[in-house]
Amino acid sequence: MLKKGIGSNLLIIFILAILGLNFVYPKYLNQGIDSFNGFQFSILNSELRLSHFPEVDFKLGLDLQGGSHLVYEADLLKIEASGKSSAMQGLRDVIERRVNRFGVGEPIVRIQEQGEHRRLIVELPGIKDVGEAIRAIGKTPYLEFKEQMTEQESRAVLDGYEEFQGKSLEEITQIPNWQNILREDPYFKSTILTGQYLEKAEVSFDQTTFEAEVLLQFDDEGKDIFKELTSSNIGKQLAIYIDDTLISAPVVREAIPNGKARITGNFTTEEAKDLARNLNAGALPVPIELISQKTIGPVLGQASLMKSLKAGMIGFLMVILFMILFYRVPGIFASLALIIYGCLVLSLFKLIPVTLTLAGIGGVILSVGMAVDANVLIFERMKEERESGRSLDSSIRVGFARAWPSIRDGNVTTLIVALIMFFFGTSFIKGFALTLSLGILVSMFSAIFITKTFLKIFVGTKLEKIKFLWN
Amino acid sequence: MIIQFIKFRKIFYVFSIITIILSIASIFVFGLELGIDFTGGSMLEVEYENERPSIQMIQEKIQEISSEKVIVQPVEQKGIILKTKDTSEETYTKAIEKLEELGTLKQDASQFETIGPIIGNELKDKTKIVIVLSLMAIVFYIAYSFRKISKPVNSFAYGFTSLIALCHDVLIPLGIFAFLGKLYGVQITIPVITAFLTVLGYSINNSVVVFDRARENLLRSRETSFGNIINKSLNETLTRSINTSLTTLFVLFAIFFFGGETLRYFSLVLILGISCGTYSSIFLVTPLLVTYLEWREKRLH
Repeated sequence: MLKKGIGSNLLIIFILAILGLNFVYPKYLNQGIDSFNGFQFSILNSELRLSHFPEVDFKLGLDLQGGSHLVYEADLLKIEASGKSSAMQGLRDVIERRVNRFGVGEPIVRIQEQGEHRRLIVELPGIKDVGEAIRAIGKTPYLEFKEQMTEQESRAVLDGYEEFQGKSLEEITQIPNWQNILREDPYFKSTILTGQYLEKAEVSFDQTTFEAEVLLQFDDEGKDIFKELTSSNIGKQLAIYIDDTLISAPVVREAIPNGKARITGNFTTEEAKDLARNLNAGALPVPIELISQKTIGPVLGQASLMKSLKAGMIGFLMVILFMILFYRVPGIFASLALIIYGCLVLSLFKLIPVTLTLAGIGGVILSVGMAVDANVLIFERMKEERESGRSLDSSIRVGFARAWPSIRDGNVTTLIVALIMFFFGTSFIKGFALTLSLGILVSMFSAIFITKTFLKIFVGTKLEKIKFLWN
Repeated sequence: MIIQFIKFRKIFYVFSIITIILSIASIFVFGLELGIDFTGGSMLEVEYENERPSIQMIQEKIQEISSEKVIVQPVEQKGIILKTKDTSEETYTKAIEKLEELGTLKQDASQFETIGPIIGNELKDKTKIVIVLSLMAIVFYIAYSFRKISKPVNSFAYGFTSLIALCHDVLIPLGIFAFLGKLYGVQITIPVITAFLTVLGYSINNSVVVFDRARENLLRSRETSFGNIINKSLNETLTRSINTSLTTLFVLFAIFFFGGETLRYFSLVLILGISCGTYSSIFLVTPLLVTYLEWREKRLH
């Protein structure tokens, strides 16, 4: 007979373990669901289908999947204090557009403030040629005005496209000059007017319609070029490109001699602000300098991942072996609790999600070693209590109660240091501190709740009497 | 069997003092080699497809292109790591060319890192803050959680002896690292610092368990001698201290031997630190409490 409460606790543990295990490694369950669906379809011919268990991948850091981490320092000396953050945002947008064109998986561009410094962090997972990426990022943002092509010119470009029709990606790459042909715009061609002639761009509102619009001011040289360009393009579109991406293509209504242009369109205020910011960034680029970079080849990343996983497995098995040899039956349950602990921690990493780096894996592995600490404390205490003549039931109760302050105090010091590391450290330290803290917290739960429930199963059974099992 | 930790404490003190003096000497004589994380510089790791050319050959070939000193270190069977203060992109490209003249490099298996001197300095500052904050937090936490036992020694004495033990646990691995730095060019990098910080948090763990037992015995036991109570507590927690450290050391040795280059010295610091921490929690921390009490009583009479 199970005591009251143990049954429901066991059920909770069982459900947690099953959920955790399948969340970490859903492949087999989902195969099972597939074959079950097939089976019940062939027998019952019903339309009912069991859905798959969610498959979530671990998020791997750059050091494990390969990629580049670049840190740029922005030179904001020439920009007023109030304009600094908008200048940085403009810079980020520009760099983001450039980075997105490399086609690497999920690039990240973010602004980092470090005291007086403003920095741009660029992360490019899985990138092959960092040199090219660095060159592309480092060039100043490029604003360009383009004019409409004649129909003939457009047709020539479109004919070029036709060569690609119905061909596979591999065949396309065989065509000489394929990248240039594809990149060519079929409707607009470059002019000599670029961001180098723009003095500034700002948002204003139409006097009558209150629509947001963007005002451009060219410098003296730009004024003349713009005048010529507008007079030869009346009634046609003049397209504005930033980094080869079409931003807007207003229709020229009349020749403009004073170097002032107005871009109207159905802008919301936000859009107009964005555009002005982009234009300013294109016209007055913030100089940036690469101050630090780290690039890891994907093969090396994969090898690191394999090595650290192997180390983790070996460490895990050694701990389990030690616990079982030294503590017998309680050791077996501590090991079982440790396995459940592993599933729970890994599930948490997927759920939150935690980006796993080498440092993070180091933290998890270390937490496995520490996780059993609570159990060791409790078991030693239980042994003492049993030696002083208590029954199994009461030794479990007293052992857990008396070991608790030590478990708490011991883990809290490690947690405090981990917290400090998390808030003040660099990315390596942060990754480690996060997984270590999560590990410690889950381990306290597993050691106390899970192991205790397991041990209580034996209270009042014949096994309780066999001394050898309990050491 | 009862082991007389308190009775023979002076022997342990002498042993610890000697090792600490040796470690400090090692730090001063050999100096700590800071990695590029803190000094700024570049690191390049590559792996050869086939047999690796001799380190000396690589060294000569590489030194041609850079005016800064380049350190060449072997990694496992076929890999090498180059470290230098030079951070230019150009040097990197040239270095790869030079290395390829000596043999085919394995595709996508390289690692390249440059760190500007500004970042290095910032890291130094940040690291100092983290270390100081951690130390303070630990001492205050210990003092706070043992606040209820002010007899016979006040709770800050617990915090203070823990601090002495912490210095012991950090200085000895540091001394060994200074020595290794001289011998194999082992550097103090961010992972190494991370490990040292973890040692701070973890080595205190063992002391806490002994303190905790002492607190319990002080409240419960009819024994009146503080020394005897401490000795009893040490004996009662001995198996636990050793077993916990063992399980942690198991996983750390697994990381050290199988976990790859990045985590190797990280795990070494933890192995050294946790071993020292286990030693100090048994032979130093609580015996020091007894010494402190006796010293204070002598002064009073």
